Amino acid sequence: MHVLGANGTGKTTLLRVITGLLSPEHGRVAWGGRDTRFDSDGWRASFSYLGHSDGLKPELTARENLAFETGLRRRLREGEVDAALGQVGLAAACDLPAGFLSAGQRRRLAMARVMLAAAPLWILDEPYTNLDVGGSTLVAGVIGRHLDAGGAAIIAAHQALAIPGHTPRRLELS
Amino acid sequence: MERTGIFSAACLAFRRDLLLAFRHWGQVAQPLVFFAIVATLFPLALGPQLAELREIAGGTLWVAALLASLLGVELLFRADHADGTLEQMMISGQPLAMLVLAKGFAHWTVCGLPLVLLAPLVAAGLGAPPAANCTVMLSLALGTGILSALGAIGSALTLGLRRGSLLLGLLVLPLAMPALIFGARAIDLAIHGDSARGPLLLLSAMLVLCVTLAPPAAAAALRISAE
Amino acid sequence: MNWTWFHKLASPPHAYRIAARLLPWFGWPAGALIAAGLYGGLVLAPADYQQGDAFRIVYVHAPSAWLSMFVYATMAVAAAIGLVWRIKLAHAVAAASAPIGASFTFLALATGAIWGKPMWGTWWVWDARLTSELILLFLYTGVMALRASIDDRDRADRAAAVLALVGVVNLPIIHYSVYWWNTLHQPATLTKIGKPSMAGDMLWPLLVMMLGFTLYYAAILLIRLRAEILRRERDAGWLTTELAR
Repeated sequence: MHVLGANGTGKTTLLRVITGLLSPEHGRVAWGGRDTRFDSDGWRASFSYLGHSDGLKPELTARENLAFETGLRRRLREGEVDAALGQVGLAAACDLPAGFLSAGQRRRLAMARVMLAAAPLWILDEPYTNLDVGGSTLVAGVIGRHLDAGGAAIIAAHQALAIPGHTPRRLELS
Repeated sequence: MERTGIFSAACLAFRRDLLLAFRHWGQVAQPLVFFAIVATLFPLALGPQLAELREIAGGTLWVAALLASLLGVELLFRADHADGTLEQMMISGQPLAMLVLAKGFAHWTVCGLPLVLLAPLVAAGLGAPPAANCTVMLSLALGTGILSALGAIGSALTLGLRRGSLLLGLLVLPLAMPALIFGARAIDLAIHGDSARGPLLLLSAMLVLCVTLAPPAAAAALRISAE
Repeated sequence: MNWTWFHKLASPPHAYRIAARLLPWFGWPAGALIAAGLYGGLVLAPADYQQGDAFRIVYVHAPSAWLSMFVYATMAVAAAIGLVWRIKLAHAVAAASAPIGASFTFLALATGAIWGKPMWGTWWVWDARLTSELILLFLYTGVMALRASIDDRDRADRAAAVLALVGVVNLPIIHYSVYWWNTLHQPATLTKIGKPSMAGDMLWPLLVMMLGFTLYYAAILLIRLRAEILRRERDAGWLTTELAR
């Protein structure tokens, strides 16, 4: 699903309410028919979130960042981290501290984090920020593969999503 | 897909924080230096007579340790909040209280433990006999632990606020006063050659209470602050 | 069980109106009781054989000290209700109570100091009770400072609520630590500012004052609660119709 709207219409707020970081004043969030407040840990294991900030420690290398964030959620197998880095085009930068990467590279690294979590639902807030054309295509490809494998995604973005092989449903906020 | 167990996740968080501290050890050394400086203020203010300083050594050590710990406790959540990793920890599916406990323990290892190891040196400077060193270290070890726990709640509540450090002191110091009473008393007893078992046991009880109740409270405060 | 009546009660418009209606029921009895207590304590009660007339300040000091703790407990209960059931009115009650409690604490400290002067010759001693009250004052100022430092009202309410609860858990620990600390450093020669063992004639004005002060707190709370509701519901529609009445 593609969430659209001008600045300030509440796209980020909506996404944060879905993730549970923000509590709604009215209404509720349900996953698979059940209110997410009842099994919050289980709900959190079902999605992966990319927010405004990248969620990366600048002092840790790309590999270490991914290993930690994914390790909190699930057991990692040999080579998974490197494979993920390859998919977002950061294989060469795997041992660089995240603070030394460019903004676009960090965004792609954050995308790799989302991918590695292996969660069925991806909640992405402006995934194309700071990305050039090449980077955007890479990320769109990653999202496309996730959707092909049966995953779902809620994406808030200004621009068109351009995911190969998928036309998203649209939700416009005003 | 095998979900990480709670204990493994906590160990991971602990190791990460230790790693980060080692890459930033300059920042970590600051509370230690502050401890030494504050402890030095007292002889300068009150006069060099060791006999006089010995009478207030327990209190001086504790006040200096309290203030230094307060300074260091901000490191607990501030950086993680700023770069978004705290948010990720909150939605990782692991109980936040456990992660807070792990982070708190890492913080103590990095800020509290060095202070405890430096304490005998500072205590000697204040006229304490070497026989009291064991109690000095134990008392401060328990005390810095209590401070880390209370400080976690305080820094979770004041996350991201301007002038947060001042407010943090305002919130945490009154809560730490009971620990101060017993901790300083323990050192004073030891300096005079008496057994400090009573106050130390009470201090241990306080530590157990803090370590049990502070992580959930801090986790609740973090969720409130992150909204 | 149908809880809608409770939620109806806890909605700001209702609370605003009910507070106005309840106010005289607390205010007038409070005034009467305090007047009776003061007359009984200052005029009727005999002078204490040990302390002379100086002891009469207990008629203000003891109720203030009692209220300082009662208000904190009320604030903590309101905080818990606000956090668990997310009832905004509970947070408003906690916000309104904090300054009242701090004022009572300050009054207890001031009257304690005034009492201390004829007893010990100095304006301040580190008596267990007074030190405990002082730390309580710090806890109050902490809660008020935290609430004031956060711009987002919701976050401010909930953070202050967490702090109030942490404080309430700490309160017994602080109380007993300070008591122990005090007896340790000042063995029995010190006469505690406690309730001196009192004969019936001296006791009833004290109880009357305690009740009077408590009702006074309730009355002031209702007034402040209305002000708090006004502040929070500034933009709400019901307010304009209410004020136009």
